[in-house]
Amino acid sequence: MTEVVMQRGLVRHEGRLAMMAAVAVLVGVAFMTIGLRGDLAFVLELRAVRLAAMVLVGVAVAVSTVVFQTVCANRIITPSIMGLDALYVFCQTALVFALSGFGFAGIDPRLHFLGNFTAMTSLALALFLPMLRRRFDLTLMLLTGVVLGVLFRSLTTLLARLLDPNDFAVLQGTVFASFNAVEPDLLLFAGVITVAGVAIAWRARHVLDVLALGTDTAIGLGVAWRGTAAGLLVVVAALVSASTALVGPMAFLGLLVVSLTERIVGTNRHAILLPAAALTAIIVLVGGQTVLQHALGGEGSLGIVVEFVGGIVFLAILFAGGRR
Amino acid sequence: MIEIAGVSLALGGSRILDNVSLTVPKGGVTALVGPNGAGKSSLLSLIARLRPLQSGRITVDGLPVDTTPSRQLARIMAILRQDPGVASRLRVAELVGFGRFPHIRGRLTAKDREIIAASLEQFDLSDLALRFIDTLSGGQRQRALVAMTFCQGTDYILLDEPLNNLDMFHARNLMRTLRRIADEHGKTVLIVLHDINHAASYADRIVAMKDGTVIASGETGDIIRPDILESIFGFSMRVENIAGRLTVLHHA
Ligand SMILES: Nc1ncnc2c1ncn2[C@@H]1O[C@H](COP(=O)(O)OP(=O)(O)OP(=O)(O)O)[C@@H](O)[C@H]1O
Ligand SMILES: [Mg+2]
Repeated sequence: MTEVVMQRGLVRHEGRLAMMAAVAVLVGVAFMTIGLRGDLAFVLELRAVRLAAMVLVGVAVAVSTVVFQTVCANRIITPSIMGLDALYVFCQTALVFALSGFGFAGIDPRLHFLGNFTAMTSLALALFLPMLRRRFDLTLMLLTGVVLGVLFRSLTTLLARLLDPNDFAVLQGTVFASFNAVEPDLLLFAGVITVAGVAIAWRARHVLDVLALGTDTAIGLGVAWRGTAAGLLVVVAALVSASTALVGPMAFLGLLVVSLTERIVGTNRHAILLPAAALTAIIVLVGGQTVLQHALGGEGSLGIVVEFVGGIVFLAILFAGGRR
Repeated sequence: MIEIAGVSLALGGSRILDNVSLTVPKGGVTALVGPNGAGKSSLLSLIARLRPLQSGRITVDGLPVDTTPSRQLARIMAILRQDPGVASRLRVAELVGFGRFPHIRGRLTAKDREIIAASLEQFDLSDLALRFIDTLSGGQRQRALVAMTFCQGTDYILLDEPLNNLDMFHARNLMRTLRRIADEHGKTVLIVLHDINHAASYADRIVAMKDGTVIASGETGDIIRPDILESIFGFSMRVENIAGRLTVLHHA
């Protein structure tokens, strides 16, 4: 009997997943086809690049957030606590400061992407690797990340004050995620990293289920906790770095997406949760961009909208959690 | 066989375990007793490699616990901690099923499902199999955790106060089950107990700890004696033979 009901539960989750996939495809089609005008080939290519970027970023952010939350045993945390996006914003500010807005705009995008990616992953490795050798203290690592984040933000503020208004405007264009000016070349770089990271996370889906039981139970069930946690955190850092270097920081997107997903699928099983979160992210991003582009008619930044909605959802979770 | 040689542990500047050496022979039930703070849980978590070994040496079935791959150990040794929280929102049957993880890492086979069903049955959980863990009573949750530990199907089973929250019926059921798997399947059970009469009735051997050291260890009959019990727990109590069972009158 148990068997039958559990099986039915699984079928229900998979049904939800299929429905979400259908919605994601619909939203994608809507994004590609609504309001087509002018040079069709040109517009379609432009939109295809944006769509690909949104899919990549959505998947990277969703998967990295799920994995990060499971490893940290905390469902209201986002990888941005490691200070990676603060570092990113600081790097852009420093570049604009050193090269001026004009020089900044002239940087080879590929070089720029690789530089940003390397800076962020180096910071992450510097945070995680010492923990491998000694006792792995996650809290200490997170705290170090928070402190570094604050440091980078203060330095950013300091530098930003010294910028002239034109340079400052250039900087503002880069510190909120935007899909309006994605370099097609970079999609390949970011795509390779994202596919590799997601593949590792997917292979680890059963291990993630066990990690979610708590550190001691996981070790008791034969998970080599330190190595596994550190490895997964490196994957998280690579995913976050790739997506941030591609379009800019999206601190709250992951939180928004994962908490929505948990409510939709109602399971902690990573075999369901990972793809479901990725689909939710795609729906939120592509849907948001479609609405922004056509209903609101503007070239506004989706990043700002996502941060705004994500912030509200975060507060809602905190209050709802407090009442429970 | 579990061999512990010269194990010391210091946490936050204080000495928790002081040069503990102990051998738990293969097969049979060994009870670990002693006052609160004696270091029983600390010793168990070192044996189960939940904590890194600071000094000394521990082997289980000849495998050093600090260097053997965690997964290999998980196939021969299961641990139930004193208060394991269950973080995930899981159904009872799912939780119990995680006990099979060291053997399969993913999809359950028909045999795994049989073992899970048997563990649920064994601990009277069949009717609760589809309930979420966070909706259970304390004793029901404890039984689910015990069932998960059993489901792991290991030769060595470490249990830290598994009788917590259990009613008399289920406490007796658990102790009898442990006795049976030790007798019929040659399993080695190391169990932390506070109820000395459960230890007296079901254990083959008793190890007593106090202040981070082993102060007595031997056959159950040699430990359940007024003088030794007084040296462990710090007050005198009568020991009677009632209906062929050693019984400690510690409530008076
Ligand atoms: N993380 C820690 N830091 C410092 N001291 C600790 C830590 N964990 C345990 N201790 C101390 O170590 C001693 C042994 O603790 P342990 O949990 O092993 O005792 P126990 O014999 O299992 O007791 P109980 O019967 O209450 O479960 C206690 O004095 C406890 O306060
Ligand atoms: Mg204890």
